[in-house]
Amino acid sequence: MDYERYLRQDKMPLIWCPGCGHGIILKAMLRAIDKLGLSQDEVVMVSGIGCSSRATGYVDFNTLHTTHGRPLAFATGIKLSRPELTVMVVTGDGDATAIGGNHFIHAARRNIDVTVLLYNNWIYGMTGGQASPTTPIGARATTAPFGAVENTFDISALAAAAGASYVARGSVTEPVKLDRYIRQGLQKKGFALIEAFTPCPTSFGRQNKQGTGADMMAWLKEHTVDARRAAKMSPEELQDKLVTGVLVDVDKPEFCEGYSRVIEAARDRVRLPELPETEPLPVDPAERGAMR
Amino acid sequence: MSQATANAKVRVMSGNEACAEAAIAAGCRFFAGYPITPSSEIAESLARLLPAIGGKFIQMEDEIAAMGAVIGASLAGAKAMTATSGPGFSLKQENIGFAVMAEVPCVVVDVQRGGPSTGLPTMPSQGDVMQARWGTHGDHPIIALCPRGVRETYDLTVRAFNLAERYRTPVILLMDEIVGHVNEKVSLPDRIQVVERGAPAEPPAEYLPYRVTPSDVPPMASFGTGYRYHVTGLAHDETGFPTNDPHKIEQLIERMHRKIERHLDDIVAVDEDFQSGARLGVFAYGSTARAAARAVREARERGTAVSFVSPTTIWPFPAEAVRRLAESVDRILVAELNRGQLTHEVEWAAAGRAEVTGLWRVNGEPIRPADILDRIEQEAS
Amino acid sequence: MSFHYEIRLSGEGGQGLVLAGKILAEAAAIYDGINATQSQSYGPEARGGASRSEVILSDGDIDFPKAQNLDLLLALTQESCDKYARDLKPGGLLLVDEDAVQNVPEGQFRVWRIPMIRLAREKLGRQIVANMIALGVITQAAGIVSEEAVRNAILARVPKGTEQINIEAFELGVSLAKEMAAQSQA
Repeated sequence: MDYERYLRQDKMPLIWCPGCGHGIILKAMLRAIDKLGLSQDEVVMVSGIGCSSRATGYVDFNTLHTTHGRPLAFATGIKLSRPELTVMVVTGDGDATAIGGNHFIHAARRNIDVTVLLYNNWIYGMTGGQASPTTPIGARATTAPFGAVENTFDISALAAAAGASYVARGSVTEPVKLDRYIRQGLQKKGFALIEAFTPCPTSFGRQNKQGTGADMMAWLKEHTVDARRAAKMSPEELQDKLVTGVLVDVDKPEFCEGYSRVIEAARDRVRLPELPETEPLPVDPAERGAMR
Repeated sequence: MSQATANAKVRVMSGNEACAEAAIAAGCRFFAGYPITPSSEIAESLARLLPAIGGKFIQMEDEIAAMGAVIGASLAGAKAMTATSGPGFSLKQENIGFAVMAEVPCVVVDVQRGGPSTGLPTMPSQGDVMQARWGTHGDHPIIALCPRGVRETYDLTVRAFNLAERYRTPVILLMDEIVGHVNEKVSLPDRIQVVERGAPAEPPAEYLPYRVTPSDVPPMASFGTGYRYHVTGLAHDETGFPTNDPHKIEQLIERMHRKIERHLDDIVAVDEDFQSGARLGVFAYGSTARAAARAVREARERGTAVSFVSPTTIWPFPAEAVRRLAESVDRILVAELNRGQLTHEVEWAAAGRAEVTGLWRVNGEPIRPADILDRIEQEAS
Repeated sequence: MSFHYEIRLSGEGGQGLVLAGKILAEAAAIYDGINATQSQSYGPEARGGASRSEVILSDGDIDFPKAQNLDLLLALTQESCDKYARDLKPGGLLLVDEDAVQNVPEGQFRVWRIPMIRLAREKLGRQIVANMIALGVITQAAGIVSEEAVRNAILARVPKGTEQINIEAFELGVSLAKEMAAQSQA
């Protein structure tokens, strides 16, 4: 396929480091969008703050790079206002589950038709390697110099418990599966989360002596187990494994559809006040009439 | 007088209800909010009215999210509003800054209550005046309007939407608990003026979302209309993409300020009631201006000459009107429900031409006409 | 003759004082063309707690919407009577619930004692309509807003199915006020 069609080539090179897995996820996303034949004009991509959130700057859609943790709040406004648009959120583990945790669980609870692509690299990469809610116990971060002691979020389980219609977890070591998950997420009417594991050699790997990006990919590949295979494995065997696959795929009421019933009910029952006639004023201040 | 038949033009309504109805009239089709006293009636009214006119209402998980959703909806083409009070206004500041930086039109209503912190939920205050000006970080322009009564709340809500669209900026409607909750007899206008969202004249390939234009306000394209562009809170160039180039950053920040500062004659509205021979001037805004108006009237009836300046635009600050007042009187009395937030601004604008003194209150009680009248007589003697 | 008449309705949350104030303001403004404002103050409780509702009636502009010198104070609790009686202007009218307010403070005002809460319960079977009895007394005592206007405003505001009991309560209040006025003249 023609990736260039979807990339803002004058914005290259990417800020992502050599060995980072983010580019693999970005390409999987573009393949999914291409395969679904979505019009670029009708895709809105919203991101927060962090390495992953820089993705919106590189792709040729309607793109919105918001404040830290808030992309789902902005995306909710866009989707509810214009349900016909395809709204995607690109975010990271810190953006979505630390500062943005409240928005994340409530967007899933509402089951609003937004597809979230969450790059999970267990660290704050852009700001220099601070601990995130997914930094494993014992792993080092610049703000956990003696090893992290906090329990971690299982992000996919969190989304499932909060009410998402679709949850899948993948890894950059299985890019073709990622395509499929993203495609299914986009097709699902409801909140869809695709969590993708991706190595951060610069901020996570270096502090935790995990070698180069290639070494980290090899480790990821070794420790990734598909959900169907995992179902047959013992808890001991699964202890250091990362389970991938489609974890939730259900049909349930979606928020914007629910709201369309609110509109019908209100049209029947609410008597609108008499509204004044309107006289247009020019928007351009250069041609403005007096506005008093 | 008619035999007690209803006058269909006359309503008894609160400022909060007037705000909600005016928003609908001005074309608002999206509201996101979070319940907070004393502003909740605005959300409650719009939860009924907006869907009835095909608009959208959503109660978000928190105040921060409500502000984010409003910006998202506006970028998608809807005129959008949120309403809150002090504690929620604090939470919204982060995304208000985003709306300033990304030049996204929207209306933010703050029905002020006593603070700081949770403060006095059901009591009036004008303690958010400086938060409206400087609540979000960084150098930025802002527009804030301050209604004195119910009908004015209606008019200024419409005006807030018009200014937001025309200048691509968040506009703060700074109400207070008295104006929000008082029920007054009003007749609403038959006709209002409305600024509709513009669209770029140029084709998408040539569109620069943040270019320098003759008016310094670039035309805005809505998402999903064929203009694919990038919106960010980072410092950006004319294309909308992040930049670290000092020249381009300066160009952006200066244009953002210029677009407001160049149009003060359109934005700043202030009532100036000068009395010849007056040696004292009174400056008041919001519900306190109601008490001041009565005190000024009574002082004049008793033979004390007083000039009165009462702005409905408080940001940008009506410095020219204050300068004119300062040139015509010896002393200026500023009455406000805070500890001098605008008194200091008046002092700055008066620049030594008149002595400035304040009548301040922060205990949850309104300033009453008699309080101001006493001070007028003291100051004038 | 020009007038500026300030009324405060005070008591507890849940006694319908805000509604009564709003009806009086609507009656004045919508049906009789009189300028009116209504405001309230209340504590954090949804039920119970002190409640106060103010109505200002004027034939001119009402520049300050809060009452300052009361022409009429309704007190349905001892606490509210103690707290607000001093705000009455000389010659003003203090209307108290005869059972709820045992100690009426001294002052330069007239006092009407009417057992509005008991009458609502005994004569109309619903204590909750004491506010409409009070509204009737106030309408008659103030003599500014027409009875017909208040009746129309009640019908426009109260829940469907409760129109009759509310109107009966209002009319009882009007006739009680007429008796009080006749007594004080006698």
